[in-house]
Amino acid sequence: MSATTTDTGQRYVIGVDVGGTFTDVFVLDEAAGKAEIAKVPTTPADQSEGFLEGIRARVSDLGEVMTVVHGTTVATNALLERKGARTGVITTSGFRDVLEMRRRDRPRTWGLWGTFDPIVPRDRRLEVAERVLADGTVREAVDPDAVRAAARELLDMGCEALSIVFINAYANAENEQAAKQAALEVWPNEHITVSSEILPEIREFERASTATLNATLQPTVGRYLGALERALREDGFSGEVLIVQSNGGVMSVDTARARPVRTALSGPAAGVIAAAYIGEAAGFPNLVTCDMGGTSFDVSLVADGRASLAPQTSIGFGMIVRSPMIETITIGAGGGSIARVDAGGLLQVGPESAGSDPGPVCYGLGNTRPTVTDANVVLGRINAERPIGGRLDRLDVAGAEAAIRETIAEPLGLDVIAAADAILRVANAKMASAIRLVSIERGHDPKGFAAMPFGGGGALHAGALIRDVGLSRAVVPRFPGVTSALGCVIADMRHDHVHTINRVLDDLDIEALDAEMVEQAREGHRVLDRAGVAFESRTEEFELDMLYLGQTHTVSVRLPVTTEGGASGISREIILTAFEDSYRAAYGRLLEGIATRVMNLRTAVIGRRPRFDLALLAPVGDATMAAAARGTRRVHTGVEWVAAAVHDRLALPVGALIPGPAILEQPDATIYIEPGLLGEVDGFGNVLIAEAS
Amino acid sequence: MIDPVTLAVLNGRLEQIADEMDATLFRSAFNPIIAEAHDASHGLYDPETGDTLVQGKSGLPIFVGAMSFAVKAVITKAARDGDMEEGDVYIFNDPYDGGTHLSDFRLVRPVYRDGAVFCYLASVGHYHDVGGNVPGNYNPVATESFQEGFMMPPVKLFERGRLRQDIVDIMQANSRLPGSLYGDLNGQINALDLGVARLVELLDEYGDGTVRDAMAELKARAATLMRAHIADLPDGVYGAEDWLDNDGIVDEPLKIALTIRVEGEAMTLDFTGTSPACLGPVNISRSTTVAACYVAMKHMFVEVPANSGVLEPIDFSIPEDSVLSVTAPKPVGGYTETILRLIDLVFIALAQATPERVNAAAYGTINALSLAGYREDGRRWVMFSFFGGGHGGHPEGDGLNHGNAPISTATIPPLEILEAAYPVMFRQWALRADSGGAGRHRGGLGAVYEIELLEKQANAFLFGERGRFAPPGVLGGGTGALNKFRYEQVDGEHAPPMASKMVGIDLARGQAVRLESPGGGGYGPALERDPARVAEDVRLGYVSAEAARAAYGVALDGAGAVDRVATQALRGTG
Repeated sequence: MSATTTDTGQRYVIGVDVGGTFTDVFVLDEAAGKAEIAKVPTTPADQSEGFLEGIRARVSDLGEVMTVVHGTTVATNALLERKGARTGVITTSGFRDVLEMRRRDRPRTWGLWGTFDPIVPRDRRLEVAERVLADGTVREAVDPDAVRAAARELLDMGCEALSIVFINAYANAENEQAAKQAALEVWPNEHITVSSEILPEIREFERASTATLNATLQPTVGRYLGALERALREDGFSGEVLIVQSNGGVMSVDTARARPVRTALSGPAAGVIAAAYIGEAAGFPNLVTCDMGGTSFDVSLVADGRASLAPQTSIGFGMIVRSPMIETITIGAGGGSIARVDAGGLLQVGPESAGSDPGPVCYGLGNTRPTVTDANVVLGRINAERPIGGRLDRLDVAGAEAAIRETIAEPLGLDVIAAADAILRVANAKMASAIRLVSIERGHDPKGFAAMPFGGGGALHAGALIRDVGLSRAVVPRFPGVTSALGCVIADMRHDHVHTINRVLDDLDIEALDAEMVEQAREGHRVLDRAGVAFESRTEEFELDMLYLGQTHTVSVRLPVTTEGGASGISREIILTAFEDSYRAAYGRLLEGIATRVMNLRTAVIGRRPRFDLALLAPVGDATMAAAARGTRRVHTGVEWVAAAVHDRLALPVGALIPGPAILEQPDATIYIEPGLLGEVDGFGNVLIAEAS
Repeated sequence: MIDPVTLAVLNGRLEQIADEMDATLFRSAFNPIIAEAHDASHGLYDPETGDTLVQGKSGLPIFVGAMSFAVKAVITKAARDGDMEEGDVYIFNDPYDGGTHLSDFRLVRPVYRDGAVFCYLASVGHYHDVGGNVPGNYNPVATESFQEGFMMPPVKLFERGRLRQDIVDIMQANSRLPGSLYGDLNGQINALDLGVARLVELLDEYGDGTVRDAMAELKARAATLMRAHIADLPDGVYGAEDWLDNDGIVDEPLKIALTIRVEGEAMTLDFTGTSPACLGPVNISRSTTVAACYVAMKHMFVEVPANSGVLEPIDFSIPEDSVLSVTAPKPVGGYTETILRLIDLVFIALAQATPERVNAAAYGTINALSLAGYREDGRRWVMFSFFGGGHGGHPEGDGLNHGNAPISTATIPPLEILEAAYPVMFRQWALRADSGGAGRHRGGLGAVYEIELLEKQANAFLFGERGRFAPPGVLGGGTGALNKFRYEQVDGEHAPPMASKMVGIDLARGQAVRLESPGGGGYGPALERDPARVAEDVRLGYVSAEAARAAYGVALDGAGAVDRVATQALRGTG
């Protein structure tokens, strides 16, 4: 990579993660071999302002920037706040309500007061006569005139984006393609999503939802990325911009414009990618990542250096995005989660949250109900005189105490300290449950996994979590508060494709499957080529979603083949062996004498971007324990008050050993090492926390 | 007493065990009624009484109440025989001794600690086919349970850890879909194995005594919370009645009468006045009646923990030999229809006591529709599914369009999956205009499903309700639309003589059946609905202009906007 650097004078690779409160920037200076971070307030009205301010804080000449990689919440926010473009749907006659009827569910198991507003209201969902059968037969061809008329009607209603969704289009896209050609003749822009292009997979509601959410995002995300690129270019930037997808890979701006729905969980995905990379380098390829923010606690699993992917996610009730995403379990247990005693006398923490505004009671911004952060403050684990993030001068300890006394301690008959400890124990138990869900419940032994906390508060709870779940240790990365920005710099480029096959394995046309695998891989490589990025290497991954005949849920079956030389070499035997291995791993025992079915083919083509040496982040050679010491602070361990040693985390030398109780402080996070645990700074500047014995 | 923090922690851990058992079965089950519709449930039960201690969050709500009766049946049987041992697993589907209907197979497994039963784990799931006269077992003309499927009393499926293959053989021999049955049974066994492993880990970690204390305390708290809720209701007597269309055999309506007496912290549910047991399959057993009332209470008082403590402050008076308390061999296959009526009645009665906590009736019928035949190559096919409808209007807004039944959390299979699996083609899958009950908050809309046969010949079976008595509104709200079923024959369209129940409808290629499901009832008087919202409903096609006028007293001009003067005249507010 150094050749590119010197030839063009472009020395920087920059990762930018725009979150709800802060915009984090990670600057890798390849020429000087060093890295820097910046944290600036997010500018919600126009995210590109904070974006550029963050970059300028560390880089004076944008002409020296080679690549900017961006994790964005523009799509997420547009979906959650329903601020996507005005969109119309053209669909098969008789089926315009698929989007509104969902899969006949309700928001909650108990209670019957649900409501649902579809992303596109009923009057903007128009029907045209056409029908394809499940086997792909065209029963009725689509009439282009009818499509043009429908498109005009939607334009008259002020639609800016269009989604075309026909029944069984996964089996045969002819009618959808014909409709697209007709619509293009009258539609004034490029904001058209066709269901069989974005998701040629069986299940009409999930496909309709994904396609339509994509359409609503096209103008919004397209405008944002356009403005961002313009602003960068005006400042002299001549490199390339890449966008992080929810699957943890990056894509070009052009792909992001056409497939914005793939960025729905862009930010969290980048964090998991960084965690996997840091863990692997530090010798811990098996991780549970724990991202603790103000309102939520997000957990993902990384096994053998790979994050696990989920086939779909729900952005809200009835808003399904079916596209591979880094699998994340989210629970309502963040720093701002509110503690209360319910009518039955049971202590509850979350899911209601004070968020970051007004935030915990100790922020003094008006909230009076105690939160997890308040409990940490009362127990001395957070430094009230030096709050992280730099927004507040000091925290209101007395206010936090009063709130806990009134709402928790008195109803439960505890003193304030015991009540604060109880809040943390209940919160920790909820987080531990989430970790069990992704590890033990997926058949992984927690002893072989390390926790990697990131976000501002995760490292306060890491010790309790590893003890509760039985994880081997916690690995606290060097800059826990900017992990997602770091992940942007690391992420590989990735293109995913899925297509429904739906054939019994014995009847499957292996040659056709081989041809399709080759074509899907070729298309993936083309997407990578078009991005104009230099890759160190490329890999192809093929998976089949398979099941026993009669089942409805599939297992993912990884195929041990690639298409080098223009053929995959796939065979029925390879498929069956791979299926049986996967099924046995998932459920224990195989079912004798029952045929198997191949539901979907999933292809991913991945371009490995150049890596950088994480040792760049390590502490400088002349760091000493003495220089890092910040004296002691009274901290309650849950049992007693002790004098805990306080250290400046970033000033600690490699190899430093810190026995608990101790507190490590840095601008973007606080680490609490419990009594009986030992912290150690490794060669990359990570803090490893494990039982002292 | 157990400390509050450990209690809160154990509450979550125990729930997680049940949730994980649910997830294991859902993922590995063969039949879509379990895998997609989640018609299954898992929990932990008291070693002496069989009371529900902990229930999974994702299982079928009706089983929360019903399963304790099932576990009790096993406890009684084991006490009689005196031969229960560690490693045993009991299996049965007796609907009179443990509730619901023959399709639901229960596995009950004692968990031993130090030689004694610590608690029971149980798994229940709805099998695709258990014999009887109708594929899928919703036989609307059954007069004895023998016509609904085969019955298995509690027997040992595992004896000291060893599977009794003879039991599996008997079960498979009695099903039209033995492979599906085998797959589902395996899923249940796996779920119980997993539950035992997780529970043993938890007991080793916290100690048996602590976990036992936590279970007792959680039950006590549910009862305390429930008493507090009842005490909040004004003392009084609140009555309501509703009707079932017929029993599928005799075309006479059946009355369900409920009187709720609230006195301080206690509540009595009295069903005096309910019709006597009927010939056809809409009877239910006493335990099912109790379980249904539990579901209604949990929907109303959402935050009360899901265990048997909920029912502690509630007394039941259920007349013997009524449609709500039958014994063998009275048919009970259509239990879903009757319990949906019970849940509606609890809400309607309590609307008088606590209008801010209730909602209007939901669509109120499961609409079990099966199409079955043989493919040209001779293979048997059975497409069986439940269909959705509208939810009732509620204090916060309009009812949900196309929701699932209050007794379940079932999702409907995608039509593309059905079309790929069976020789059918949907002509329509849409919301049904004017089906939501009028009200200040309108009932949610039901749906229209029209299904055409693509094979040479097939039979259709329907078990539905609400074809004659529509879902009621509350507090002055209007009723939802009636359930409506039509089928095509050579000479045109036909309706079933029993409104929503029929067996063996002969269909030929190209002929279709059409189901139009009810919407929910309305909440509050329709004349109080904001005219602008009525105009919006008309614009979106939820409500027709005629209905806007007739039911809401709202007149629209040519552009679809509210005609203020005409509306005032219609509403008498001019």
